[in-house]
Amino acid sequence: MLGEGIVTGMFETARNFFGSFVNKERLTTIQYPEERLPQIEAARNFPILIYDGEDPEAGLRCVACQICEKECPPKCILIEKSRDKKPDFVGKPQFYPAVFDIDVSVCMSCQICVEVCPFEAIKMDTEFELSTDNRFEGLLWHKDQLAKPNQYYQGIHPTEAAKVDQGLGEEKIKAEAKARAAAGAKANAPAPPAVRAGSEAAAKL
Amino acid sequence: MTVSFAYLAGSAAFADQIFVALKHWLVGYIPAAAQPIVSALLSVIPLMVVFPALFALTTVCERKGLGRIQNRYGPNRTGPFGLFQPIADGIKSLTKEDIVPRAADKVVHFVAPIVLVVAAFVAYAVLPVGRNMVAANLDAGLLYFFAAGSIAELSVFMAGWSSRNKYSLLGAMRAIAQMISYEVPLILASVTPIMAAGSLSTVAIVDAQASYSRIWPHWFVFTPWGFAGFLLFMIAATAESNRSPFDLPEGESELVAGYFTEYSGFKFALFFLAEYLGMFAVSGMGITLFLGGWAAPLSFLTWIPSWVWFFTKLAGLIVVFIWIRGTVPRLRMDQLMNFAWKFMLPMTLINLLNAAVWRFMPLGMVRWMVCAILIFVPYLIFSRALLQGQHFEKRTYTFAE
Repeated sequence: MLGEGIVTGMFETARNFFGSFVNKERLTTIQYPEERLPQIEAARNFPILIYDGEDPEAGLRCVACQICEKECPPKCILIEKSRDKKPDFVGKPQFYPAVFDIDVSVCMSCQICVEVCPFEAIKMDTEFELSTDNRFEGLLWHKDQLAKPNQYYQGIHPTEAAKVDQGLGEEKIKAEAKARAAAGAKANAPAPPAVRAGSEAAAKL
Repeated sequence: MTVSFAYLAGSAAFADQIFVALKHWLVGYIPAAAQPIVSALLSVIPLMVVFPALFALTTVCERKGLGRIQNRYGPNRTGPFGLFQPIADGIKSLTKEDIVPRAADKVVHFVAPIVLVVAAFVAYAVLPVGRNMVAANLDAGLLYFFAAGSIAELSVFMAGWSSRNKYSLLGAMRAIAQMISYEVPLILASVTPIMAAGSLSTVAIVDAQASYSRIWPHWFVFTPWGFAGFLLFMIAATAESNRSPFDLPEGESELVAGYFTEYSGFKFALFFLAEYLGMFAVSGMGITLFLGGWAAPLSFLTWIPSWVWFFTKLAGLIVVFIWIRGTVPRLRMDQLMNFAWKFMLPMTLINLLNAAVWRFMPLGMVRWMVCAILIFVPYLIFSRALLQGQHFEKRTYTFAE
């Protein structure tokens, strides 16, 4: 009969209307700035540099190998290698980036830099509220803005970070064992410089 | 006791006539020569304030209501509960650029929305919004109402033609085809109360319904012909005011706003204003013709002012309009035309006969039975005919489920 369908439809919409006031499950809207969903682990946005410990300068994992700079498809990374060296997480003296810039207006979040990095130094962030009133300087991020502690990385990507930490730990143990073996072999040889190797020490190595 | 009762009755009557008394009091201060024009202005200005305000309120209620029907919040950012949304919308449409196509007929393009709004306002002149509250009590009020309402078609064609855009013109053609098709059942449906009341005056039609048997009102909607007539009238009114499910002229999801494609800024807003004003006017007429106008629904509720009842009924009809919009999908053009000419028109004609039978049969149950059958059987036949050759089966979705 004509009109039957309209009446059942009207009841259905009325049910939805009143249901949205009493049933939280119906009303799926998250009112974003006030309410927000927990960030999912697989989310990724722009790269960050990871550092160990407290000091972003001393603990930065990046050794300025410039692989990411070369691989970056849109060429948004700029690295200037340091002249001196500093010890990395196992104590081995390494170069470090004097300048590390990422232009996020160019970055396409492809994660290739993360894939190619042999030092677990560059990772993807999940931060997305990045609006700025300056589209040139505001979107060109420098090393101090990019450096994030390892704890932060563990917070945003726990599974991935645990794997990375495990790998780095094993590497460190291996390196220590090697160092101990080397120390045992030439016990009377002078010990390698421990902290902040100078350019002379680096040249000697 | 009697004193306090009389006092209560007196204050109720005062509240009922408060606006009428206010107007007389104000007019009293005016020199006699200027009194007619001031009196007319005082009748017109409140209409021009109240109904656009109602439009603002309706837009926000509609958006929130539709949101809730679709399990969303709707606008809730501007002011408390999003109530200032119409102000934001108004500022937005005022500050937008007003673009006129180079090839357009500039004068007609400019005049079209104004004609539409004026036509919508003019129709309110004969709408009794309360006891003694009508701007002009014309003897041929209903005729005037439909004559004023039909200016809208002219304005739609002006808008479509002057834009010099083929889509605007096609949209205007569609809109006019629809409006003219549904104007016939709209007027035929409203003839039945004229037959019952014996007058074309809207005031007389309301007076004919504003009496009670014990507590029950004599509204025309509580008769078989009145009930059918009310439904037919409201369906035709929905189509006439281009509301969903008859919103083909706009069809924002498939057309680019139809006949007002080439309008922007405040002129675009004027089209919307006129559409809603037309909807309120025709709903008000539906109330006047079938729902007893400003009359209270039960005899012991007459102490509530008459204008409160009118606007309560109007709000109720607006809610139904929004509810329908949230429920029914848009019709196709052929369905629209079939519905108008193969269902609405014969049903309204039969309803005329039905009203005549009701008028001349003796009071009692037999009259009720005969008139109910006289409208229900044609309804069955015509709806069967309308649905003939259409097979409805449960659609199975291969990928979506």
